[in-house]
Parts: sequence; C-alpha cells; structure tokens
Amino acid sequence: MPSEVTTRPAPKEARDVRVLVLTGYGLNCEAETAAGFSRAGATVDLVHLSEILDRGARADALAGYHILAFIGGFSFGDHIQSGRVFANRLRFRLGEALCRFVDDGGLALGVCNGFQTLVCLGLLPGVSRARGTPLAAQQAALVHNDRLGYFDTWVKLAVDTESPCVWTRGIGPTIEMPSRHGEGKLLFLDDSLRDEILASRLVPVRYADASGAPTEVWPDNPNGSPDGVAGLCDPTGRIFGLMPHPDAYLYPENHPDWIRQHDAGALPAAGLGLRIFENGVRAALAG
Amino acid sequence: MPIYRLEIENRPAVPDALATKTAQTLSAWLGLSPARIRTRKVYLCDLDMSEAEAHKVLAAIADPVIEVAALGALPDGEPGDPPVILTVSFLPGVTDAVGKSVKTACEDALGRALAGQVYTGTMYLVWGLGRADVARAAAEVLHNPLIQRIRIDEPPRRPDLGVPRAGATSTPRTEIVALRGLSDEALERLSRERLLALSVPEMHATRAHFEAEGREPTDAELECIAQTWSEHCKHKIFNAPIDYTDPEGNTRRIERGVFKTYVVAATEDVRKARASSGIDGDAGDFLVSVFSDNAGVVRFTDECHLVYKVETHNSPSALDPYGGAMTGIVGVNRDSFGCGLGADLLANVWGYCLGKPNHTGTLPKGLMPPRRIRDGVHHGVIDGGNQSGIPYMRGFELFDDRFTGKPLVYCGTVAAMPVTTSGRPTHEKFTAPGDRIVMIGGRVGKDGIHGATFSSVELNESSPVQAVQIGDPITQKMMFDMLAEARDRGLYSGITDNGAGGLSSSVGEMAEASGGAEIDLARVPLKYPGLAPWEILVSEAQERMTVAVPPDKLEAFFALAARREVEATEIGTFTNSGRLVVRYGEEKACDLQLAFLHGGLPKVVRTARWSPPARAYATAVERDKALAARPIGDLVVSMLAQPNIRSGDRYARHYDHEVKGLAVVKPFVGVFRDVPATATVMRVRHGRDEGVVLGEGIHPHYSDLDAYAMALACADEGVRRILCAGARIDRMAALDNFCWPDPIKSATTPDGEHKLAQLVRACEGLYEACVAYGLPLISGKDSMKNDATMGGVKISVPPTLLVSVIGQMKDVRRALTLSPRAPGDVVYLLGETEDMCGESELSRLLGLSLEGVPRTDPKRFAARYHAFAAAHEAGLVRSAHVLSRGGLAVALSHLVMASELGLSISLDAVGQGLAPAIALFSESTGRILLTARAEDAAALEARLAPHALVRLGAVEPGVSGRGYVRIRHGGQTLAELGSDALRRAFQEESHAV
Repeated sequence: MPSEVTTRPAPKEARDVRVLVLTGYGLNCEAETAAGFSRAGATVDLVHLSEILDRGARADALAGYHILAFIGGFSFGDHIQSGRVFANRLRFRLGEALCRFVDDGGLALGVCNGFQTLVCLGLLPGVSRARGTPLAAQQAALVHNDRLGYFDTWVKLAVDTESPCVWTRGIGPTIEMPSRHGEGKLLFLDDSLRDEILASRLVPVRYADASGAPTEVWPDNPNGSPDGVAGLCDPTGRIFGLMPHPDAYLYPENHPDWIRQHDAGALPAAGLGLRIFENGVRAALAG
Repeated sequence: MPIYRLEIENRPAVPDALATKTAQTLSAWLGLSPARIRTRKVYLCDLDMSEAEAHKVLAAIADPVIEVAALGALPDGEPGDPPVILTVSFLPGVTDAVGKSVKTACEDALGRALAGQVYTGTMYLVWGLGRADVARAAAEVLHNPLIQRIRIDEPPRRPDLGVPRAGATSTPRTEIVALRGLSDEALERLSRERLLALSVPEMHATRAHFEAEGREPTDAELECIAQTWSEHCKHKIFNAPIDYTDPEGNTRRIERGVFKTYVVAATEDVRKARASSGIDGDAGDFLVSVFSDNAGVVRFTDECHLVYKVETHNSPSALDPYGGAMTGIVGVNRDSFGCGLGADLLANVWGYCLGKPNHTGTLPKGLMPPRRIRDGVHHGVIDGGNQSGIPYMRGFELFDDRFTGKPLVYCGTVAAMPVTTSGRPTHEKFTAPGDRIVMIGGRVGKDGIHGATFSSVELNESSPVQAVQIGDPITQKMMFDMLAEARDRGLYSGITDNGAGGLSSSVGEMAEASGGAEIDLARVPLKYPGLAPWEILVSEAQERMTVAVPPDKLEAFFALAARREVEATEIGTFTNSGRLVVRYGEEKACDLQLAFLHGGLPKVVRTARWSPPARAYATAVERDKALAARPIGDLVVSMLAQPNIRSGDRYARHYDHEVKGLAVVKPFVGVFRDVPATATVMRVRHGRDEGVVLGEGIHPHYSDLDAYAMALACADEGVRRILCAGARIDRMAALDNFCWPDPIKSATTPDGEHKLAQLVRACEGLYEACVAYGLPLISGKDSMKNDATMGGVKISVPPTLLVSVIGQMKDVRRALTLSPRAPGDVVYLLGETEDMCGESELSRLLGLSLEGVPRTDPKRFAARYHAFAAAHEAGLVRSAHVLSRGGLAVALSHLVMASELGLSISLDAVGQGLAPAIALFSESTGRILLTARAEDAAALEARLAPHALVRLGAVEPGVSGRGYVRIRHGGQTLAELGSDALRRAFQEESHAV
C-alpha cells in the first residue's frame, strides 16, 4: 500500500527491488541474508548501521529501499537482553525514519536477533501504533528458552495460510528450517493482546510436531513458546519476524535429510527458505 | 561521581530459566534442594550521570513487558519468608563484556558519551537453603574465586554500591635487573620468581649478551626475551637436537630436531612428490603458505584459498574453564583471521580431553572436579563461537582421568582467504620500514600477563591468577568486521594476532619482516591505570591485533575504525634498525637487538631413550573368560554407554551448526540427528558448490603401548574420515597438535627420557603416514608441559597427538554420510580385521590390559584408499563410515541409529579365526564400513576385492520405523539389537546444559 509520499520508485522487475541489510555490532547473518534476497532477484545493499546513522536522524534515511532486513546474530553480545541495545539505538536515532518507512508501505523481515529487535522496537506485532505516530511501546517479549541456553535444531513450522503475512504466502502447510537461539519464547503484554493477535492471524508460523500440528513440547518447540508461536507479522502483513532461520535454508543440501530426500525423489530444486525471500520481493513488486 | 545500582528481574509470572537451571545443577551436583530460586541482573553504573539520567537509563534497558526494575534494591520477597541472597560479580580488572554493553546502552539512552565503567553481577535469591549451603553452592558451582567475588546477604540489606575498580594511581617505572655476578642458583630463582621460565643456560646467554652491550637488562627486556624464548612461542623441545636411543637400543643424533626432521620434512616430501607427479597442473601449488604464518594455507578454488589452524588452551582452562576455553576459540579465530592479509572465518572445531565426568574419587586440592571443567569449557566455547557467528563443524570429547590435572582444550578455525586483495596475493604481508604500528581492538590490562611462560611450565599451587583471560567476542567481532573492510580497501600491509606474549611477540615477530620496530607504550590504551611498562608489553589481554599501516593509509584506516566504534591506536613505527626499541614516553624500556631476540636462544641437546615401563598383560585365558561371561548383545550395548563412545550431542546441540547457511553434512547425522558424523562437509562461498571436508584422529590411549602406532592411527583415521564423506584424495592437508607430558628428565620427571622418545616415535609415525597418504602438514602446535602438581600429587596427560585433516570436494552434492540408504543395499567392510585390542575401548570395558596395539601400514592402506575414492567417484558407494574406537560394533550401531534401517550381517569372513567379540571390537586401523546398491555389487567388488573387501550382509527395512542389527556367526545369531536399546545406552540422559 504505497502512499503518495513514497520516496522510492515503484519497481518494475525484481532487480529494481532494493533491499537494505543492516550489519554491524555483532550481527552475523549478513552473507546468507544477502544471498537469499539476491537469489530472489533483488538488489541488495549491505550497510553498516553506523553509515545509516551518519545520515543523521533524517526521516528519509531509509529512502529508496523497498525491503529492510533485520538479520540474525548477537548484536552487542545479546548483553542485557537479546536485541535490546541494538533496538534502543535504532529507537533513539532512527525511529522517525523507521516509522516513515513502515507508513510508506515498506517491507521488513526480521530473523532471530532481527525478530527480537523488531519486537523491542514495538514494530511487531505492531497493532497499537497509528500511522504517522512515533514508534510504539513494546508489547511482547522474547524471553529465555524454558531449557536455558542456546539450542541448535531443525524445526518444522506450521504456516497459517489465513495470515495476512505477505512473506509466507503460498508456503505450507509446513516448512522446515534451522532454529538456533537462547531467547525465543514469545510472551505478550497481557492475555487480551495475545487473543487479539491470534484472532487477527498475526502468527504466521508456529512450531509444529511431526504431524504438522502446533506444539509447545520440546524439542519440536525449542523454547517453550506458548501456542507454538515462532513468528509474528503486523496487521499489514508486510513486517514479519521469526526466530528460525529461512536464511540458513537456501540450498537443498542444508536440510539434514537431503540425501534421504534425494533418494525419495523429493529433493527441492532450491532450499525452501528461499521462498520467504521470493515472497518479499514479489510483495515489493506488487506494491 | 555517585554510583547507581540497577536491579532487574523477571515479573513473578514470567519463568526464570537461569533459576530453574541453577536449581537443577545444585540438585544434580551437590544434592541440594532449594525450595525456590529467583535471579536478578545487577548493574553498578560508575558513570558521570545524574539520578534523573539513571532513571532514564533504567527505563530504556529494562524490558517493559516481562521485567521489573529498580534504582537501588528491588524487594527481596515477603518479610516473613526471607531468602539467602548470593551475589556473584567480577574481581577488579576482569573483563566485563556485559558491563561494556550496558555503558553503550547508557550512552545511547542519554545521547552523550560517558566517562567511567559499568560493573555487572548476578544475584541468586535462594529460599529453603541455609547460608552455609548457599556458600557451598557458590564455592562448588556458581563462583570461581580466581575471577569472581561473592557476597552473601540476608534481608534486610542495604544495596551494595562497592565497585571493583581496578588499577593504581602511580605507574611503576622500568627497572634495571642486575644479572652480573649472580650465581646459577640466584639466576634460577630470579627466573622462577618473575615467572620467566628461562633455564640457567638461557639466563647465561642473556647475561652474556648484555655484558657485550656493556649494560644490564631492564625488566621489560628480560620479560620480552622470556616471552619470545618460551617453550610456548619458541618450541624449544620440538627444535632441539636429540640423542635418541630407539627400542632396539641404537643411539643416534637427530641434529635438526624433530620438527624439521619429521614434520617439515613430511610436508616438503609431499611437496616434491606433487611437483614431480605434476598433480597440480595449471592450478598452482597446492601448498600456498605453510609453517610461516599464523595458520596454514592451501589452494582451493580460483577465488579463494583455505586456511586452517588448531590451537590448544590447556593451562588457562584448568584454572578458569569458561574463560580459558573461550579465549581458546576466540584466540584461534585471530590466528586464522590474521593469516596473510586476513581471511574470512568459516568454521570452528573443538575437542576436549577431560577427566571422566562421573569422577568420584578425591582430587588433589586445587583441581576442579572434571564435570565442572567440562561444563565450563563447553560453555566458554559455545559462547565464544556462537557470538562470533561461526558454526562449529567438528567436536569431540575424550575422557581419561589423566586429564584431570590439565585438560586438553583444542580449538580450531577454518577460514576462506581471497586469492587476491587490492591486486596483491592475500597470503603475503608486505610490511615495510616506515609503516606505522597500530594496535586495534581491546584495551590492555593485567589479564593474561605471563600466559606464554605460564603455559610453558607445569600447573601448581602458585600458578598466577592473572594468567587467566576472559574473552569478549563481540568486541572482537566488531574488530574483524572493520578489519575485513580495511583489508578489502588495501588499508594495511601486515597483520598479526596479539596472543601469547602480547605486543612483545606480535611487534617482535612483525619487526622481523621490516628489520626493526619502535613503539611507545605510553600510547597504548589501558583498561585501568597503574600498569608497569613491562606489563603493557607482555599482557595477553584479548581481542587485539597488531596491524602495519602505510603512512598514506593512516587517515583512512583511523576514520574507518572510528565509524565502526573500534579502538585503534598508533603506537609506533616499523624500522630497519635491526632493533626492537620500546619506550614509555621519554623512558626507554627496551632496546633489543632482533638478531639476539630471535636467534640468541642457546641450543641444548636433549636425551631420549625408549624405556617403557614394564606392563603386565591379561593372558589369553583371562581375556576369553571375561568375554565368555558377557553375551555379545550385552557387550555391544555396554560399549555404547562408554564415556568415549557416547553420542555427545548433549552439549554439542548448544553450539551453532548452521550460521552462514553453508553446512551440508553437519556434525550430527541421522534420522534423529544424534549420531556423530564421520566427517563434515560445508560450502565455502554462497552460490558455489565446492566444499571443505573436515575430520580428525586422536588416540592417546595407544601411546601407552606405542606412540609410533598412535601417531599412525591418528593420521590414518583423519584421512579415512574425510574420504568417507567424499573428499578428493589429491587435495588433503593436515594439522598436527602435540600435547605431551613434560619430556625433559628432571627430579620431578624421572621418566622424561622415555617421554621424549615417545615424541620421537610419534613423529616418525606421523612422517610415515603423511608421506604415504600425500598428506602435508600445513600448521600445528606443540604443548609440552601438560602436567599438574597439586598437594604433592603429579598428574600428567598421556602423550596426545591430534591430527586434524582438511579435505576438499568439487561438488558438495556428491557428499556421503555414514547412513545406509535403502533396504536391499549390500553392506561391506573394507580392510583386514586383526586381533588388535591393545588399549582399545574393549580393554577398558573389560578392565583388562590387552596386548596388540593397532598397526597401520600406510603404503598398503594408501592404495586401498585410492581404490575406494575411485569407487566413490564412479558412483558405486552409497554410504561410508570409519571403524574407530569400539571397532565394527560401534560403527554398525551408528549405521542403525542413523538410518533406522535393519542390518543383517555375518562375522564369518571378518578376520581369520577371530572370536566374534574380537571381530566386533578390534580397533584395526585402515577399515571402512560401506554400503552399495545390489546391482553395483559386482563392479564394486571388482575394484575393491584386492584391498580386503568383506561382504558382511544386507540392509533390511526397519521394524515399525525402527532399525536393528542382527549379528550372525557360524550359522548362529549372536545378537539382535533394536535401535531403541542402542540409543538408550548411547544417549546421555539430559539435554539441558
């Protein structure tokens, strides 16, 4: 939903879609995120956040980009709380530009530390912020996994096909990808907010068991997130964040069972995580 | 400046995972059962801010959804039900990475720079335990007095505002140390008391040098010489001439030392063989840079080389397992990064040799329980590796109670180096006189002073606490990101790590290239004031590199560093004066001739004599009796539960396997991802299909019988592992990491001559294997003092060699795992099985000393491996796995658990006349367990029959989705074991770390 104040040209083909991948301060998934968007056809800029902040607190600091990528990693070591220091820096110094970007219909993807950052910024689930207003207060939090500590495992995600999320369109009923984090259990401010989010289908992905049903049971749900919530989108469906890593499933051989899939004639031509990136580029093209 | 105390905890309804974990550990380790625990974060802000600003900061950093926070103290529970409160925080001067981030957060919240520091701590509010129990929990689980301090409070309490400010107001001056006229005894005492680790002959050489210069040395000069000449840095034992008496009683002089005679010679012989065979064609030499830099470099693609280095960090890990191991991994990251002009870090590896985690005996005072060391070492490398954004690709644990004194902590890093950077070959530095010396990254404190010399002596009660460093991976990651940009823009001419010996080593080494250096220590940024010049010179404070920056690039280099919030300081200039000149402002601390510093070390001829202790072996009758008492199935299941056989995924799952998105065969494979992969495979660059393959071999137990056989077995297993995964046989390289007990005869080491002979034998074996397999050694490390004497008890590690093999694939999509693929496939064993159970897992399971260490015939095996690799190339191999610890039985179990398919096999053709248990558990080297399609059987057999191929049986469908192994011999079924029974034994009970 582009507005008349938009400062970026409407893309005609995938390569016109410009993606800004913010890097630095201990983030570390820039190469795979860039590869994901590049393979989806977009034009990717990897830019250290300090360069963006150097443009000053101008509201158009993000002008020209269709997609903002908040990547995984350990911004500021996850010290204090995952995503906290990085998100505060954005809130204090880039808040206006982020609001403008969102209001202009910009797309955003946050993975892992990026998802934590979007939640700290109040951009996800993003139900309480009105157009043209500053960043909202935080409404949800990603807390320590029930079993303390970083845990690495492939998870199956049940995809809500009724969600407004543009990033998960046409994917499902399930998708697998790696999950690796220590703070991924999603809690809402209160029950009424949780109910609102669930009713509005703003939970595009949930941890699922082998049968594809959402689960709270470890290790299919690696953090104990209630209702299996693995990610959130905003009401427009254009801002999406999740704990697991679609960026680490760009190649069919990333999947732990790729040889079995090959033998069964079921090896996909590309890693299925790529479809998330393709959806983002497609949504940017659709405007 | 007022100090503000911030306390933050989760709201009551929000779970406290740290508290839950703490309660579990206290229960499991100490049998303590607290009724409840809550934890709190404490930040003591010693910053120039007002109370109103402190409130603003608190609002910015506490989570509004899940946390409650207070300036001062939060309420400590209900007045009628008070907890005991334990607060753990750092000692003065210990790296506090969280504190650094909190300060950044404060500055961001207030929009201005702040002076001062933030000190962090953790509070444990414990209900249901008395003060004494909480004190015990602190002492045995939650607190390490070398780096941390504690406080135990009972409400009501006043918020403690004491901060561990470090440093002193006055700076000690450089002092002259008089050597003239000192007796040997006095020299020896001086060396010991200053922890110089210099021998009397080395002190003599030093004294003579300064006498010739007409003066006495300064303390800084002595320290600089001590670091540079330390065993750790100079590898004196590895380079010493040795008079060696072999097992036959013949004595000869190994004039050039074992390093040149065996390690370098192996690589040079492989290089020559490659050149004469023309194997490299137009691609350029396979060996790009070996032994000359921080890591080894081999050719990979037209676009990038592969860099590999494995280090050990044993002594620090004994004192502070978490910090010591963390600095092991982030330190080796700097080695691989600092190779040539800089390489991009790709994958980490780790391996730990530890005391048995269930160790229940009493330990000499001063040693930590093995389970605590294990836990701490894992957590250190988990945090260090994960936070650096580097996936781990190999990991192992090996247990023996001889590792309770000094654990062996191996950490390694693979990197990808662009072939060229700004038009220059990246593997060469080009530092020239006039280039500025820039220190970048972390600041210097007293942490890590004497690390190099400390690791060159045994561990004992007087080991220095300041030798312990704690890493700060995020500071390092920010530095690497900035340096990679600087490299790509051609902003520097040379780089090296500040590791052992600190600036004295890094500047001293780089000065060799230009011919001299001059630095001013007063310019070096410090963590706190009060360091003596010599301390600044040798501190091993972490996260620092030394960079050579040409004068015309200085401005751009510093501008970039400032934008990336990385501290960089010009501290001097490279010269061609032939001297290392160190000033502290106007004061001259050090003026050393480089030729003496690097070449003045006196050589000492060492004596090695093969004189193994007498050993009583179990008789054949005793062995048969022990085996007859146990059914085969029972033996197999018991074997899977042995500490050195178990899955190990309990800890491993907490390491990142996936970051970078390039992994193809990960550290664990199988339907339930719980079987350790034979070898791992990873893409190197996005969008390309070439891959790197990693495997290793380590067999310290074999050293008890013959270190020569041990070394051969290690190299053989490393090679076999990567070939099983599909690596090219013409592009293999290896690293050697020797960890030895002190091999110099002395009053405390009466068997030093034999230990040195074991080193010679191991080197002979390694040389033989490397030449036969075409396996060049491209880098390595030797650690020669892995002994601990505590309370009069000496514990020495067994002679241990880790051979880490790095291989290559043209196309990762052709990688194999150990997992059989379909019912109907044929199961083969390639290679002879003989009665080789000496120091095997079977011998430990039975508690018997058995004869017959595995013998490796590398020439014959090399031919076998070429045939195997060709069969794989021809598409005839469907899965492949090595036989290693626990022999065929363990390998078969791996296949069953990974595939959840059935295996029906016969032992009839395995070995000649071997008892079934020996056929199953022998650890004969050179063997591969593989599967092939039934229709390919004839073709495969035609190729591999000359290399001792045995058809074992067939793959069958599982039963209800569960695999099994059926073992037959002489027409009888000896055992039939389902995967559930195997897995129960194979798994450690809990996944929570």
